Amino acid sequence: MKPFKLHRGTVVPLDRANVDTDQIIPKQFLKSVKRTGFGENLFDAWRFNDEGEIGKNPNEREINREFVFNDPRYQDVSILLGRQNFGCGSSREHAVWALLEFGIRCVIAPSFADIFYNNCFKNGLLPIVIKEEIIENLFGIAKDQLALEVEVNLETQSLSIEAMDDIFFEIEPGRKEPLLLGLDDIGMTFMHSDQIREFEVRHRQAMPWIFDHD
Amino acid sequence: MNKTLYDKVWDAHVVGQRSDGTILYIDQHLLHEVTSPQAFEGLRAAGRSPWRLGANLATPDHNVPTQNRAAGIQGIDDPIAREQVMTLDRNCNDFGIRQFDITDRRQGIVHVIGPEQGATLPGTTVVCGDSHTSTHGAFAALALGIGTSEVEHVLATQCLVQVKSQNMRVEVKGGLQQGVYAKDVVLAIIRMLGTGGATGHAIEYTGSAVQSLSMEGRMTVCNMSIEAGARAGLVAFDDVTLGYLKGRPFAPSGDLLEKAEQYWRGLISDPDAEFDRSIELDADKLNPQVSWGTNPELVVDIDDVVPAPDIFDDPAKEETATRALKYMGLEPGTPITELRLDRVFIGSCTNSRIEDLRVAADVVRGRKVSSDLKSAIVVPGSGLVKAEAEQEGLDQIFSDAGFDWRDPGCSMCLAMNADRLYPEERAASTSNRNFEGRQGHLGRTHLVSPATAAASAIAGHLADPREFM
Ligand code: SF4
Repeated sequence: MKPFKLHRGTVVPLDRANVDTDQIIPKQFLKSVKRTGFGENLFDAWRFNDEGEIGKNPNEREINREFVFNDPRYQDVSILLGRQNFGCGSSREHAVWALLEFGIRCVIAPSFADIFYNNCFKNGLLPIVIKEEIIENLFGIAKDQLALEVEVNLETQSLSIEAMDDIFFEIEPGRKEPLLLGLDDIGMTFMHSDQIREFEVRHRQAMPWIFDHD
Repeated sequence: MNKTLYDKVWDAHVVGQRSDGTILYIDQHLLHEVTSPQAFEGLRAAGRSPWRLGANLATPDHNVPTQNRAAGIQGIDDPIAREQVMTLDRNCNDFGIRQFDITDRRQGIVHVIGPEQGATLPGTTVVCGDSHTSTHGAFAALALGIGTSEVEHVLATQCLVQVKSQNMRVEVKGGLQQGVYAKDVVLAIIRMLGTGGATGHAIEYTGSAVQSLSMEGRMTVCNMSIEAGARAGLVAFDDVTLGYLKGRPFAPSGDLLEKAEQYWRGLISDPDAEFDRSIELDADKLNPQVSWGTNPELVVDIDDVVPAPDIFDDPAKEETATRALKYMGLEPGTPITELRLDRVFIGSCTNSRIEDLRVAADVVRGRKVSSDLKSAIVVPGSGLVKAEAEQEGLDQIFSDAGFDWRDPGCSMCLAMNADRLYPEERAASTSNRNFEGRQGHLGRTHLVSPATAAASAIAGHLADPREFM
């Protein structure tokens, strides 16, 4: 996994609550058996006016000029500013892969749906939870300015914006560490292999019916 | 003793701690073709193999067609979907994982076949790369939807790293009136909680109205827990649970069952258990529910009207409602029962079990689907549900009325196969999500119970099932 330490980038303000994973990457793109190729269909039904399909050339499609991602001010963005309950709905990790492949490294929102939040950490995408008032303020600036540049520092858990006080955010220490180091999730659990084996022996004795069909 | 049911199942599976959460042992892992390929690819790349093969059960469901199934995989027209189903076949063969493949009569929606086979057992941990895994919580199990990286993690380590959720109790008091079902209960709950209202919580559903539900009904309720943002939904073990499990292929029998039952009887929250949050709902007063918007909290009673956005105090919700009205092509003030439909879908892991089909067939019996509809389809949740329904003659009732009787799969719930809505078409659907485009590009979904869907198919517009009883 790609580590996340310090990232400087431009913010795209996506001013909608309850952005669900069906919107982040629509279902027709889930047919792929690969982990890549989802970036160009990020927010497909919102970015384009025609219906997207696997293999359709994005350059030949009709662009939805109304959608914030197509606003000339928000090109080359890598930080997404969102509203409450971001990433709700389906568990599809493809949503995180699509965001990353599109170039988004960090999502800032007042709250996230649980599965999406989890999936972010497995892939090196940093979800940052910030209080509603500050989010409101950031939307104001991001919509006004030509392009809002933010420096995200995971080590110090802060966002730096020019001519503003630093904004600090909370993150569970146990989630921060693996992300900073880019640790392999499975490898981390394998360090507990003996414990798993011992548990399994006890569990099998206590509830043999679970293992009856092995 | 002051543990909730969730605490008990959690505690019984704690292997150890990692810096970012608790390592939980996973008893049962269900797999399907959409969220597993990249996990298997990851295993191969790392030279790893599954920790405990017997814990896994796979079936293709999301992408399978609901017609022309005799042709097996070759019957899948879409080459990309075919590739995905073939990939599941190959992965299951290579790694030795038990699969009900596309030609197996036990194939079906993963959340239907787990319980049907008795693979979902009380007090166990169940995971699947699918958010509606919460369904299995109806068996007093801790059932969690996971992402693809976690699918790989569970395959490799038989464990999942989790942060413990808070406990929430949703008590449904009283009893359901005629024409009102488990689906209406859960829609009403989401309407109360909001789509993010239960984030970070595991919900235990209690109360007389939940206890009197069948296992099918309890599964419907638990299924949609995720639509309120909950991490899991659970119902305590009782005789109904036991009665359902007896005799199922993967469930214990004989002495083992007796031993299991002793343990299962303890799968209830202790009387003095504390919940971080509790809410109540009165079942007696509940009417059939219908969603009108583009998320599952935008719900009204069937005899109500399309609401105006300014009923919401929160500006974000008002904005969501405004957008939803536009997307759904609705005018505030229009009676719900005046909304004309293009299609009706009865199916999905929420409502495709035998009981759902019986209820719908009762409404349909001797009547005809409105000629205004372009299609009305019934998609059983599994091959075994289909066979049972046919044995009872339900397929005939549906066909006589003008419904299409299909083969099992997710179908129009997410429209990855050919069953879908076309732009601006309006549907009554027994599925669980009404997100923009969920059932087809620019399609408009109204979530309802099987009875309401059946009544609406007859009427040609959203209709109150009580008028058809
Ligand atoms: S029926 Fe729908 S919700 Fe259920 S597993 Fe299939 S796609 Fe998901």
